[in-house]
Amino acid sequence: MFRLIKTLNRIALIKATVAALLVIVVVFAGSRNLQNYDAALIGYLFGTVFAVFGIAYRYSVWLQRPPTRLYWRRSWEFLLSKDFVPYATRSLKLFFRNILFQRFIYPRGKTRWIGHFLLATGCLIAFAVTIPLTFGWIHFTLDPDSDTTYIANFFGFPVSTFQLGSPMAFAAFHALVWCSVLVTIGAVMMMKRRMTNGGLIATQTFDGDWLPLILLIAISVTGLGISYDYTFLQGRTHQFMAVIHAITVILFLIWMPFGKFFHIFQRLAQLGANIYKVEGSRRGMAKCPHTQQEFASQTHINDLKDVTKDLGFDFTLEDGRSHLDFSPEGKRSALAKAHFQARKEGGHFFG
Amino acid sequence: MPNTKYDQQMEFFVDMQRCIGCHACEMACAECETNGQESMIHIHYVDRASTVQTTVQVCMHCEDPACANVCPADAITKDEFGVVHTANSSRCIGCSNCVLACPFGVPQKQEQAELMMKCNMCYDRTSAGKKPMCATVCPSQALFYGTREEIQKMRPNSTPVKKFVFGQQEVNTKVNIMMPKGSTELKIH
Ligand code: SF4
Ligand code: SF4
Repeated sequence: MFRLIKTLNRIALIKATVAALLVIVVVFAGSRNLQNYDAALIGYLFGTVFAVFGIAYRYSVWLQRPPTRLYWRRSWEFLLSKDFVPYATRSLKLFFRNILFQRFIYPRGKTRWIGHFLLATGCLIAFAVTIPLTFGWIHFTLDPDSDTTYIANFFGFPVSTFQLGSPMAFAAFHALVWCSVLVTIGAVMMMKRRMTNGGLIATQTFDGDWLPLILLIAISVTGLGISYDYTFLQGRTHQFMAVIHAITVILFLIWMPFGKFFHIFQRLAQLGANIYKVEGSRRGMAKCPHTQQEFASQTHINDLKDVTKDLGFDFTLEDGRSHLDFSPEGKRSALAKAHFQARKEGGHFFG
Repeated sequence: MPNTKYDQQMEFFVDMQRCIGCHACEMACAECETNGQESMIHIHYVDRASTVQTTVQVCMHCEDPACANVCPADAITKDEFGVVHTANSSRCIGCSNCVLACPFGVPQKQEQAELMMKCNMCYDRTSAGKKPMCATVCPSQALFYGTREEIQKMRPNSTPVKKFVFGQQEVNTKVNIMMPKGSTELKIH
């Protein structure tokens, strides 16, 4: 136990604790000191607080790695520069394109993109619906003057009303049903890939690749079970359905910081990498001494020299240049030339 | 990973002087299922203006891979057999750090897909006890996959080397390069 505490990362621990406490504060604020808190959701809330703690912890540890720290620092530096407006606009566009629509997956495979898009959209909408509910930010009340009018309250303030049985009510109360359907279709498509693609079969792992899909399907199916129960069974199995659904969701939340789902948070770094590339090429390109072609931004090469040094590599050459000044093709040619020279000196080209 | 049949007696031996630039390995590489029809091997002229020499480069599967070290997304991993795997597609953010830091110039960035891809020693095949695609088709044995005994018999005047020097940096790899007999390292610069 002592060793465990010693190996914990102090900065990350502090940040994670602050993040978890913040969640608790916004829950108190949003639910007006728990007045409007739906006690049935308390298990989900504990799961969410744990997930926030874990994600903040891992994110913070992740940001301490030299290459990640550099990208993080540079991304903010370039974004918050005098070019804030163009970079912010660009990032916003890319946020829609690559984060919400995951368009970069399309060139990797059309069905792969469709599967991932369905799955991700289902998850994102479900988060958007359930997080405010779990935090007690949204709750529904009946209009005291009419027993068929529902009022949706946000942070305790009424924001909209709708009639019981109206299309709006149907959509709102079934949002999670549609999410479950999207997630299930997407997850099944992704599973099919994993069963038929030889490359994936050779490299996939159960906990890294299959468990996330199984968990998503379990959440969706048990969630649908709750709707099925109150629509067709008059709530006779409600207890059972609610408990198994809660178990699957809480497992998902607890596992989120550790497993594959952490990529949802890592993916945002793609926006930073994009700004870095654009700003880097504006500042000037590096030319390979071998091919005489431009191949990357000089900023990138210089930063990599620092990062590799931080990581314990030193590619400095005797003449003061660096092996990193060479483009990938230049590096391969340098190796081939050195090999040729060694063979030549050895007296046989084909030993 | 379900890799029960990876044969650790088998090793990769490269001899770029033997490369005749036929591109057979390039075609074969695209058949490897782990890279989905993209060829990952590099064949090109070394210095077109002065020589017709071509060179061939596969991933050297470094002991302490620079590519994995510089990856900000923890997308590259080395397994217990020493195989350095291509980017985990859910993590890679396409930043190209690995492309620019690899001392052998191996990883490739797929611009459209925002994804790095590289040779992973045909993991679908090697994990099933088979040889990598490129080594099975190379007509001149510039690429050879087999045991140390086999290569010693075939090339009595050469020594496989897996230590490379780039200025101040020494890089040790899993893949061998065939050098004049008695060599212990290859100094690039
Ligand atoms: S040769 Fe390059 S890509 Fe292959 S393991 Fe080494 S650093 Fe990584
Ligand atoms: S391109 Fe991908 S694999 Fe390569 S360093 Fe960047 S994130 Fe890592």
